[in-house]
Amino acid sequence: MDAALSVKNLRAYYVTDYYGVRREVRAVDDITLSVEKNEIYGIAGESSCGKSTFIKTVGAAIRPPLRVLGGSIKYSFLERDLYDLDERTLADIRWKQLSFIPQGSMNVLNPVRRIRESFQDFAFPHMRLSRSEFFDVVKQRLERLHLSPSILTAFPHELSGGMRQRVAIALATVCRPEFIIADEPTTALDVVVQKDVLALTLETQREIGSSMIFVTHDLTVHANISKRLGIMYAGRLIEEGPTGDLFRDPMHPYTQHLVASLPQIGDLTPKTALNGAPPNLAQPPSGCRFHPRCPLATDICRQTNPELITVVPGRRVACYAVAASLEARSLTNDK
Amino acid sequence: MTPLLSVEHVTRTYARGRLLGRIEFAAVDDVSFSLEAARPEIFAIIGESGSGKTTLARMILHTETPSGGVIRFLGTDVSKLRSRRQRLQFMQKVQPIFQNPAEAFNPLKRVDRYLYASAYYFAGRRSRAGREAAADEALKKVGLSLAEVKGRFPHELSGGQLQRTAIARALISSPALIVADEPVSMVDASLRMSIVNLFKTLRDDLKVSIVYITHDLATAYYISDRVLILQKGQVVETGPARQVLSEPRHPYTVRLRESILSLDDVQRMPTGGSERSFGV
Repeated sequence: MDAALSVKNLRAYYVTDYYGVRREVRAVDDITLSVEKNEIYGIAGESSCGKSTFIKTVGAAIRPPLRVLGGSIKYSFLERDLYDLDERTLADIRWKQLSFIPQGSMNVLNPVRRIRESFQDFAFPHMRLSRSEFFDVVKQRLERLHLSPSILTAFPHELSGGMRQRVAIALATVCRPEFIIADEPTTALDVVVQKDVLALTLETQREIGSSMIFVTHDLTVHANISKRLGIMYAGRLIEEGPTGDLFRDPMHPYTQHLVASLPQIGDLTPKTALNGAPPNLAQPPSGCRFHPRCPLATDICRQTNPELITVVPGRRVACYAVAASLEARSLTNDK
Repeated sequence: MTPLLSVEHVTRTYARGRLLGRIEFAAVDDVSFSLEAARPEIFAIIGESGSGKTTLARMILHTETPSGGVIRFLGTDVSKLRSRRQRLQFMQKVQPIFQNPAEAFNPLKRVDRYLYASAYYFAGRRSRAGREAAADEALKKVGLSLAEVKGRFPHELSGGQLQRTAIARALISSPALIVADEPVSMVDASLRMSIVNLFKTLRDDLKVSIVYITHDLATAYYISDRVLILQKGQVVETGPARQVLSEPRHPYTVRLRESILSLDDVQRMPTGGSERSFGV
């Protein structure tokens, strides 16, 4: 199957060079992944693990000091690599083919402009429709998201958080883009609204058939929306697989911890937390970046970084302990 | 016996609109509950945004005055505290923990000064060595030490460390009651449970009662003894946590309970993922 997005060995660092002191923050380090057509690919990880940097890089929204130092990003609707394109082509594909649902919708909608004007600013130039046709399309889209067309004349502050987030989804999907990047679209919402927004996101994605990268640190959200899930830790992808499998049988010690520590109603078993803190990406630990917090760390983990290898078809893990136990299992099977 | 905290028919109204045509609306409407002094517990206040939970917390902390009703702490009316001495005494016993540790600390000031100031005012440690000893002791209770925090600025600590420092600061005065307003909603998933477990230890080992304000029903179920569900400022359901959250009676609680995303579906999913629906 053709991939909607394929990222190969992507490295994006924040590089500063003041007074001859060069500092690198390795926010995205050697990430390879692909997103299938019509699929929601979830990315999970705690703050400062590089998930936002990753989205900025694949969304062609990088600004200094962030720099792409290597790797390739290919979308199915583009013939060339994303970073071989000139600004004009980029402006053309943005919103029309590649769009974005941001986190805090309050910060995205211009507070002194009405919703109608936001639609005009963002989407109108890309649609090649007459103004009245354009607003017909917008109204249809709003209706699909259970918003009344009358909100077009409202200011953002007059709407509730959930409505604003739905407006942001409407904005991002009104051009029927082929690829959507969603950055924590439900994090600022409370539980009741969150569920509705997720359901609408899923419905919209199915209706227009886009592919999607969905980023959030909340694993329960992923459990309900992502088809495949990639776990990031300290700038690297450490595990990837179908969401169900990842929850049922997490392999990487970090993923195991994340899944085991989720509190749930009806479950009173004591939950533990990991020791230590996420590493500083300016001076990442040698070897596997998780080794200072890992209960299974051995010498090799401290020295070299484990590759992300395919362990079962469709599942990739970067961990020496997992690789070793699989090898042992296959040896006993051979005997 | 006097209860530790008793909230009696507390109401707080705010006025909206202009001078003419003012509309009064109640952020907190006739809320009553009480915590016993002899039996420390974690009391969760649950509600969605705008349900009045933060206003209630601010009134317990005496940063907001109720428009009606009384809040008594160990028998004394909180809103009647006037003199500096009385207020210091009250603050010694009732301490806050805020939602976002990165915002609770001034980014331009070192974190340890908050600990020293608390030790100076609330624990009567006037000497430098005494203040440092008090800070270290409190930090040890939350699994940190003064060496890790001393001289550091907020950006040098992780979110989990900062939140634990905030809890340590609250512990310096050996309070009887801690009011925690959404203490884990800004903390990373891998560190969240360390904070939540810490509250349990505080209750069991240090005998501190905790008012735990949250919209996260799962952690509330995990740690709290009793819950109170607020909807638009009114109490809709209250009782033992496990009972209320596993067999909710009020339609609003049922709705809250249903809107929690569960992991059951994903665990039943066939290999390779499948189609899901929310049933909305």
